[in-house]
Amino acid sequence: MEQAPPDPERRLQPAPLEPLGHPDAGVESVVGEEAEGARDEGPGDGTMTENNFWLKKIEISVSEAEKRTGRNAMNMQETYTAYLIETRSVEHIDGQSVLTDSLWRRYSEFELLRNYLLVYYPHIVVPPLPEKRAEFVWHKLSADNMDPDFVERRRIGLENFLLRVASHPILCRDKIFYLFLTQEGNWKETVNETGFQLKADSRLKALNATFRVKNPDKRFTELKHYSDELQSVISHLLRVRARVADRLYGVYKVHGNYGRVFSEWSAIEKEMGDGLQSAGHHMDVYASSIDDILEDEEHYADQLKEYLFYAEALRAVCRKHELMQYDLEMAAQDLASKKQQCEELATGTVRTFSLKGMTTKLFGQETPEQREARIKVLEEQINEGEQQLKSKNQEGREFVKNAWADIERFKEQKNHDLKEALISYAVMQISMCKKGIQVWTNAKECFSKM
Amino acid sequence: MEGECRAPQARSSGLPAGGAGGESPGGDAPLSGSSGSSALLQAEVLDLDEDEDDLEVFSKDASLMDMNSFSPMMPTSPLSMINQVKFEDEPDLKDLFITVDEPESHVTTIETFITYRIITKTSRGEFDSSEFEVRRRYQDFLWLKERLEEAHPTLIIPPLPEKFIVKGMVERFNDDFIETRRKALHKFLNRIADHPTLTFNEDFKVFLTAQAWELSSHKKQGPGLLSRMGQTVRAVALSMRGVKSRPEEFMEMNNFIEIFSQKINLIDKISQRIYKEEREYFDEMKEYGPIHILWSASEEDLADTLKGVASCIDKCCKATEKRMSGLSEALLPVVHEYVLYSEMLMGVMKRRDQIQAELDSKVEALTSKKADTDLLTEEIGKLEDKVECANNALKADWERWKQNMQNDIKSAFTDMAEENIHYYEQCLATWESFLTSQTDLHLEEGSEDKL
Repeated sequence: MEQAPPDPERRLQPAPLEPLGHPDAGVESVVGEEAEGARDEGPGDGTMTENNFWLKKIEISVSEAEKRTGRNAMNMQETYTAYLIETRSVEHIDGQSVLTDSLWRRYSEFELLRNYLLVYYPHIVVPPLPEKRAEFVWHKLSADNMDPDFVERRRIGLENFLLRVASHPILCRDKIFYLFLTQEGNWKETVNETGFQLKADSRLKALNATFRVKNPDKRFTELKHYSDELQSVISHLLRVRARVADRLYGVYKVHGNYGRVFSEWSAIEKEMGDGLQSAGHHMDVYASSIDDILEDEEHYADQLKEYLFYAEALRAVCRKHELMQYDLEMAAQDLASKKQQCEELATGTVRTFSLKGMTTKLFGQETPEQREARIKVLEEQINEGEQQLKSKNQEGREFVKNAWADIERFKEQKNHDLKEALISYAVMQISMCKKGIQVWTNAKECFSKM
Repeated sequence: MEGECRAPQARSSGLPAGGAGGESPGGDAPLSGSSGSSALLQAEVLDLDEDEDDLEVFSKDASLMDMNSFSPMMPTSPLSMINQVKFEDEPDLKDLFITVDEPESHVTTIETFITYRIITKTSRGEFDSSEFEVRRRYQDFLWLKERLEEAHPTLIIPPLPEKFIVKGMVERFNDDFIETRRKALHKFLNRIADHPTLTFNEDFKVFLTAQAWELSSHKKQGPGLLSRMGQTVRAVALSMRGVKSRPEEFMEMNNFIEIFSQKINLIDKISQRIYKEEREYFDEMKEYGPIHILWSASEEDLADTLKGVASCIDKCCKATEKRMSGLSEALLPVVHEYVLYSEMLMGVMKRRDQIQAELDSKVEALTSKKADTDLLTEEIGKLEDKVECANNALKADWERWKQNMQNDIKSAFTDMAEENIHYYEQCLATWESFLTSQTDLHLEEGSEDKL
């Protein structure tokens, strides 16, 4: 089991599903290094300094976004945005960082990386990507993917994604992830070569398993319900928040009209004129203050959105469990029926209906030699089946253990991050109130001097 | 036809006795020229020293009080207060208190309408009693306004609330509409009561005191419909002539009125719009808090924080509601009243112009020697007086009106600012207390998991 920091000599195969035990196990050896704070540009990054040795060695940032044009798979011209990923390694004890890698990636490559991680780490709650298209927008924000504000927020979201992966005790060691950060050319081919798409469970199979599984671990069933609820409540919250933002914008902006009219009116007033004019100015200040306020709120909304998308990641883990459990149940069922067949053949009783039984009746009994042969085959199959069942069982148990460990880690992360987000929301509201008090106090003074 | 003011005025030098409601030190119609503020006050004092009647009237009132079924409980203190205050030259005296309340719906075979109860309490001698209670409908108010306009064409008569609200009012008898109208009618009557000249108008008195049948018969006594129509025709003819030369100060006044009217209309629209936006914001906020509660049901560690946020949002929601009601009670009615005032002012300017036009046309007739010069000269003499009266009346009232306007606008906007400050202060307190509760917990938890 690897303990050293990113090892270029690592095998080119994707990391196998190794029984990893406690997530922190591999990290202890590197605790000696000085902990380097992560670049705090994405939301919810406060926790990332713990439990990760990537960040103790490197800093990752998505520092720029650039519009590009190129040809797509169908040789048609398209415009897309490319993001610059910079990796800095912290070489010296004094914390100086050196730029080690810098390359450009587009959103679809991030998606590819994530899909790969989903296949190879089904027991991990894989961090989500920021949304592909702008949703839950209030009217002032553009839903256009090329809009600079959207691109900026996406840049932050992508950086956050990378930091989350890099701070995950298991995901951070993945070779493909390492290459994503370091190998610009040919990376896509490398990923595809792993053949991960083939390894992916078909949606249909998964759906089937969900319906038919008899004895899933109750915790996963509960987790599934939780993730459904989480998704539903956060979407609802984001929708209403967007509407509230819209209305708040309206209230503030209409006040701006006072400014103009007061100013025009002040022209005909002798005593009231000055008061009107200066009050009008404050109304303008009030009206324009909403833009910054709502921009800050967008960041809050993005923090919530991340956990909205995390709900899907949770569900993916549950689905995998159901699939494995179903597989196990089917294998056990199959084994049981083979055993029964064997028994019947051995004792000569036909208790169950079988094709063999029918043909025997119709075409005459088989010879003892034939029967022996069949029993032998069955016994072999049974042996194999028992082996398989044993290993499936063990796999299943390992999966549950590991998955649950990651889920516990996730839960703590979620509670911490969301609590911080809610607190930051309160801080934003406080700041908005203070600004309001100041503006209106100034305005009141002007009015009272009229 | 000038409004004949009642006894006190006739008795003294034509100035309103007791300074009833006269806020502005400005002079008063219909007296030409004289009234400076000091003169007014002096006259009041003289009034009382000379005249025994006032005191007698008060004592008469005192005895009448017991017998009068209209005044169950007229406090004696206002009377004595007024007695004292008269000697102390208090400009802001009120001896006429009017309230408009209790809207009631009346259904007849022909129509449905609303009446409002009007209670008048007064210590004035010319009133037969010290308290009156009558019921009036909008039509009656309209009649009163028209009479006042006729009697004092160049005084700034307070505006009445509109007959109909144009947009979206399907039911005339929507509760909000009735309440808004009631308040405006209350203001209307009180403004008249506070006006140094209008307060003594006879029709005003009748309006406040007469029983329903008395009022209808009094209404019929006024100039008939035909003569009123005749006046209107003449007025239109005159206005079509245009005004030859408006004196400079009235040009300025007209300019002011035009611009003021524009601006106040805009401010009215803006203020209404703000109310609408705040209402919609409030509606959305109502939904926002409960979602956090819903969420807290599926969380353990986060539940308290979520509930805290929900409670803050709900409190801010209530604060918004209060802000809205403050706006609709303080700012909107005032701004709207001045929108109506601006229309009123334009009417006053027109009437002044018409009076002058009348004079101008006669002068023109004289110079072109079209008719009997002697008669014309006499008529011109009268008209010149009329014009001078009208102009002076307007000038004085204009100053008074402007002063009131400034005070009203200033106070309305100051109140609005205060409402907003209060709103933000409330919200601030809510969120700050949430924050401290969270950070306290945070510190507790933080000390636990220091690795």
